[in-house]
Amino acid sequence: MSVANRPVHRPLSPHLQVYRPQLTSVLSILHRATGIALSVGALYLAIWVVYASASPKTYALFQAFNTSILGRLFLAGWLFCMFYHLCNGIRHLFWDAGYGFELKDAYLSGWIVVGVSAAATLVSWIVGLSLA
Amino acid sequence: MEDRRTPLARARGLGSARDGLHHWWMQRLTAVALIPLVAWFAVSLVMLSGADHMAVRAWIGSPVVMVLLILTIVIGLHHGQLGMQVVVEDYVHSDGWKLALIVAIRFIAFFFGLAAVVAILRIGFGG
Repeated sequence: MSVANRPVHRPLSPHLQVYRPQLTSVLSILHRATGIALSVGALYLAIWVVYASASPKTYALFQAFNTSILGRLFLAGWLFCMFYHLCNGIRHLFWDAGYGFELKDAYLSGWIVVGVSAAATLVSWIVGLSLA
Repeated sequence: MEDRRTPLARARGLGSARDGLHHWWMQRLTAVALIPLVAWFAVSLVMLSGADHMAVRAWIGSPVVMVLLILTIVIGLHHGQLGMQVVVEDYVHSDGWKLALIVAIRFIAFFFGLAAVVAILRIGFGG
């Protein structure tokens, strides 16, 4: 058998269909997904500010959606994306600095990120509504 | 491994992407700037979630909020366009589409950012 025909036993990149999801890989792709959601939401916020600078009549449509149950659910989801991306972003900054690469550390920081982003979303609603 | 770069290329340190660490560094710089801004902004959005037009305008128009809001939107959109560019570079494999999408992302971010800043200034300065 020539070298070229020999079967290749190099490690293959994970095939998503058969690869068991792990906390680390799920959080990794969530960082991207939330980043995309945040980018789209940022455009919505820019439009919101532009509408606020227009007449009350023009703004009324926007306000109707923003203050509706659906609007608030969107805000809650978007804020969770924001806090998740924020916390996991800080995790990435630690990795950039060279810390937290051990497997158990990566799992620990992963769970911390999940917990803190859920808690921060809740706290932002409690504080925000108490200031309203 | 033998370094095959010319002395000039080595001194510039720009690598094959031709802009060196610039993209990476800007992504980190904007990320750090957004940590406090985003925490403030999240609470503010909840606070305003039931507010009417007058209340929203009064909030946007106050001097401190104007500055923080412009910072949040401009830095946020910049951070967002850097991230979206990486997503496109990773998943879009046709060179034509890749270039078109990266250009579109830049244009959209710039357009929406400028529109938001103009709107904020208009509210703040009573236009």
